Amino acid sequence: MGFDKFGRKSFTSFTKTGKFVDLLGEGKVEGTVCKQCGAKYFPPRADCAACLSKEMDWFELPKKGTLETFTTAMYAPFGFEADAPYTMAVVDFGGGLKAFARLAKDFSDPKIGMDVTVRPLKYDDGQLSFEITKA
Amino acid sequence: MAKDVAVIGVGQTYFVRGYEGSIRELAFEAFREAMQDANLTNKDVDASIFCSAPEYDKQRSPAGVLAEYLGLVPQPTFYVETVCSSSTVGVKIGYSMIKAGLHDIVVVLGFQKMSEITSAESQERMGRGGDIQWEAPFGTMMPAYYALYAQAYLAKNGLTLDDLRDVRVKAATYGQINERAVYRKGVKPEDFDPNNPDAKMAGPVASPLRVGDCCANADGASCIILANAEKAKVFSKKPVWILGIGAASEVVNMAARPDFSKGIQVAKAAAGQAYKMAGLGPKDIDVAEVHDCFTIAEIMAYEGLGFAPEGDGKQLIREKATYKEGRIPVNVDGGLLSKGHPIGATGGSQIRTVVLQLRDEAGPMQVKDPQIGLNHNIGGVGLYGNVTIFGRD
Repeated sequence: MGFDKFGRKSFTSFTKTGKFVDLLGEGKVEGTVCKQCGAKYFPPRADCAACLSKEMDWFELPKKGTLETFTTAMYAPFGFEADAPYTMAVVDFGGGLKAFARLAKDFSDPKIGMDVTVRPLKYDDGQLSFEITKA
Repeated sequence: MAKDVAVIGVGQTYFVRGYEGSIRELAFEAFREAMQDANLTNKDVDASIFCSAPEYDKQRSPAGVLAEYLGLVPQPTFYVETVCSSSTVGVKIGYSMIKAGLHDIVVVLGFQKMSEITSAESQERMGRGGDIQWEAPFGTMMPAYYALYAQAYLAKNGLTLDDLRDVRVKAATYGQINERAVYRKGVKPEDFDPNNPDAKMAGPVASPLRVGDCCANADGASCIILANAEKAKVFSKKPVWILGIGAASEVVNMAARPDFSKGIQVAKAAAGQAYKMAGLGPKDIDVAEVHDCFTIAEIMAYEGLGFAPEGDGKQLIREKATYKEGRIPVNVDGGLLSKGHPIGATGGSQIRTVVLQLRDEAGPMQVKDPQIGLNHNIGGVGLYGNVTIFGRD
């Protein structure tokens, strides 16, 4: 599966979880859940570290989480310079599920603990990602 | 506590921007100093371990070319990598090989020539020390990763930006008297004034971290020579013994990390192992080198090592307890913040400082009569935790 469409710039060409990008295209941000033991993973995994199973299903992330932490990067690494400044953050959905992503460009005045959600994002060049917005 | 493996020689280059030589020549400078320190010839060395983070220079499998240049062929040699803690892990493996009886004397050489690439390229490579599949596509870099911890930690624990500033002020106090440091200037509180456009440390990098909260890239090499007890007695007047070693790992992905407001956890596990092995505790440590790649990292290290209770690391900097004259002197060589952070050389440089302290040879940086020293070296964003405890003869 072509994973080079993921994110502002992908560093991975192929992954067994490549369906993640197709799901983004369908408007869904999904993780994987182990069919055998029920362990949930985000970002998705093709293999279960808890019981070693490779039988995984997809599940949609909860609609609401809280903003656990964030940072606004004033400088960007090589290949991302045009985007700076941008804010990256961690969302805590509870139950051990968290997500790391950028805040949406129009996300103003982020505060730790505020209600947030994630949604798919399509860049002008066709790259697919997801971003954090206020819930 | 067992005294089975000793450090018998230490060496370090000046940490500089833009070293005018190649990696083999850089490595040789640290090697020459450590070999002269231990009074060894090449034939006395049984094995060598080379340590760096990849992709700064273009040499693949650097152990071969460096072992040749150092004159350590045909002895066995190999390469070790855990990014910023590579050379501490090299020392751990050297210790293990000696303890297992495979070798008597092992050279551990850490090196990095970061100036081969631009600063933006360097940030991209460091960012790729995290998860390249799920995180690097967002444009991650080291200051931003540590800033995620800083933001949550500050909000919860009453640590202020002025406390972080004071960590940098302390580092610069000693960077000024360490002739091998890349940053030799002093830093004053007013250098962090956000209302002064000329304040050199105040510019935002990744909120809440500012220019002055971040260590500098540098080129450098370090060399640690280890020996078993028998050889240590032959070659060294002042062997410094490895008393305890601890190491642990953390999940890479930020989405799988526990509570950010509690800081980096990996050092706690490593410290616990090292203290247990040495039969010592935090109160026994007379001098410490901790991984202050960012100011926030030093505060979190105080807690991870048990020098301060969880959430209360700020008190140590407020009370100046980690200054040279304080209760537990930390990074009195300028730390990564002033000394610079040539990734693969850093752990060995920290260990060199601890060894010189325990030999009473640290010059103007010398702490009064230390018996036990500790090294805390973290790889990646709290990814690899390493704590090593040393004692004098």
